[in-house]
Amino acid sequence: MNTEHIKVIRKRHGLIGVDFNELWRYRELFWFLALRDILVRYKQAFIGIAWSILQPLFTMVVFSVIFGQLAKLPSDGVPYPVLTFAALIPWQFFANSMSSSSRSVVGSAGIISKVYFPRLIIPTSAVISGTIDFCISFVILIGMMVWYKIVPTMNIVYLPLFLLLAFTAALGIGLWLSALNVEFRDVFYIVPFLVQAGQYISPVAYSSSIVPEKWRLLYSLNPMVGVIDGFRWSLLGTVTPHWTGVIVSAVSVLIIFMGGLLYFRKMERTFADVI
Amino acid sequence: MSFKMEKTIISVKNLGKRYLLGQGGGEGYRVLRDVMANAVKDLFKKNNENVDQQEFWALKDITFDVRVGEKIGIIGWNGAGKSTLLKILSEITEPTEGEVRINGRVASLLEVGTGFHPELTGRENIFMNGAILGMRHAEIKKKFDEIVAFAEVEKFLDTPVKRYSSGMYVRLAFAVAAHLEPEILLVDEVLAVGDIQFQKKCLGKMEEISSGGRTVLFVSHNMSSVRNLCQRTILLTNGKIEKEGPSVDIINYYISKSHINESGSVKWDISDTVPGNNDLKVHSVSVVSSQGDITSEFTTDQDVTIEIKFWNFKEGEKYIVNINLKSSDDLWVFTSVNAPSANIGKDIWYEKPYCVGLYKTECRIPANLLNNGKYYVYIAIAYQKINEAIVQLEDVISFSVYDIGEMSKEYNGPWLGPIRPKLYWNTELIDRYPTGTDNSRELT
Repeated sequence: MNTEHIKVIRKRHGLIGVDFNELWRYRELFWFLALRDILVRYKQAFIGIAWSILQPLFTMVVFSVIFGQLAKLPSDGVPYPVLTFAALIPWQFFANSMSSSSRSVVGSAGIISKVYFPRLIIPTSAVISGTIDFCISFVILIGMMVWYKIVPTMNIVYLPLFLLLAFTAALGIGLWLSALNVEFRDVFYIVPFLVQAGQYISPVAYSSSIVPEKWRLLYSLNPMVGVIDGFRWSLLGTVTPHWTGVIVSAVSVLIIFMGGLLYFRKMERTFADVI
Repeated sequence: MSFKMEKTIISVKNLGKRYLLGQGGGEGYRVLRDVMANAVKDLFKKNNENVDQQEFWALKDITFDVRVGEKIGIIGWNGAGKSTLLKILSEITEPTEGEVRINGRVASLLEVGTGFHPELTGRENIFMNGAILGMRHAEIKKKFDEIVAFAEVEKFLDTPVKRYSSGMYVRLAFAVAAHLEPEILLVDEVLAVGDIQFQKKCLGKMEEISSGGRTVLFVSHNMSSVRNLCQRTILLTNGKIEKEGPSVDIINYYISKSHINESGSVKWDISDTVPGNNDLKVHSVSVVSSQGDITSEFTTDQDVTIEIKFWNFKEGEKYIVNINLKSSDDLWVFTSVNAPSANIGKDIWYEKPYCVGLYKTECRIPANLLNNGKYYVYIAIAYQKINEAIVQLEDVISFSVYDIGEMSKEYNGPWLGPIRPKLYWNTELIDRYPTGTDNSRELT
């Protein structure tokens, strides 16, 4: 070894930044752990792949019948099934990734107490494996758009940005909950509640256009509002999103994510002792 | 070159690690519900007394340097802090005080098979495990064939490892770890796996690895492998460095000081060395013949009784006592425990809450069970309710069993293995043939 690289191990105090050099050195592990999740899931469950398709499909049918047919909510000029499905896939990506990310650290207790690698990889790769599921259901959405003869607008180039926002939101909350879950084992019971409540305060089953203007900014504090509006806009070309609202969503995601990073880095020092 | 040999690669200064033992001293994590409930309770409590959180220093004031290419052995009794030291060096856990400076890539073999997933195939697990241990994909690919050949699992590469025998599993796991190429290798007892043949292969691999100029820190209970592998050894006692120097000296010192006692009885005289805690302290451990004499020499046809005397200071506590017997070649012979389901007699105190007093628990190993040889006794006493050990005395006492030929009147041996039980044998005539029958024709 020519380079004099001296690593110092000592107790760290205060806020701890992210060691990007180290993450870069371990970059392959992000993908490997995500791949392991996927492989294991699809090997164990016969309906593995089918599940990631069936779950949003069934929900779409229910939403279309109840909100579109019975409640006759506005569909912004696109078929109701497409309207909900375009929202369901980012929502389910967010909800599933956030849950598995929250569970991930406690679920890796065995590795954490035996080997060192950057702990941030654990919750992150849980979200990455959620992204792979997202890609599968996205294919279904494309199929539906072909069926309903909907041509995406040029706005589709912005879609990756909204996906990134959903990714960051899922990871941000995942970082908080996975670290909290190490110390307080009952934190995980909050997650199903978050998912259930979140689905109603996000425009999944309905269009955000039914939310009164004066509540829009407050409503947009929920990060998924910006994501879902963005998805509908860039794919279906429905009414332009409330841009101030999108910015509010993005800022709130950023705050949750940065806070989550710092909290996780602070707590990871004692993971091996507590887990 | 000589300058390079002098270079310090690991420098440990005043290292300490403190653990907080909470109420019950069980798991480290808490439950949010309790924390909130306590916060509410505290609101109504006047004196904000600190709940009984006990401190425990697993390591304290550890200072040593390791030079490039050195092989250091780390020995000590259970709980001396050996594993904690390796965990700090490999960054799994953070020290409470002091610091370590490391100048090179570290890999640790703390436990083989970490990150193996039973559903994945051998091939998938090699890549996964390699990545977790810090190997690059390209690096694993390059060594893949070597790893597979070493583990002898060629035929089962595409079988999920859940279908592997435990031997194959361990071989594969060791093979991956052994093909890491770090500058510093931390090893914790990995050689205690697999069958004897594979252990030898592992030891050979270890020697090969360490002869390549690599720095090795080796934690082990196996004195002969420490002696073979390491020039220098550190003896840890209760989280502190008790002695450090050439391996031969330190190992001799350790053996002479260790409680492996051949007089048939150990008693702790100096009060601060008595094993135990505030609830229970060990008085003595003895090996006793059926005549009631303390001795360390038995014949194969004699009962061997192991007697543990201890004080209980906590009214109403319940304990469980177990012994493990080890043979002189470091193999476990058996575990036995005074719980009803594992006891052919009846231990009335197992069921009852102990009153304060001095107790004697004995375990009788029947005659005609052990083979001739030397045996080492491990004793543990734990709280019955939570199964948490209060004392664990490894190699606390030893005794020898001699063959006086009582079972060799007809058969001369060899008698293999650590046990030589008298078993139930019988031969029966199933079908009688008339005399003069030609056997070979009759049977075809």
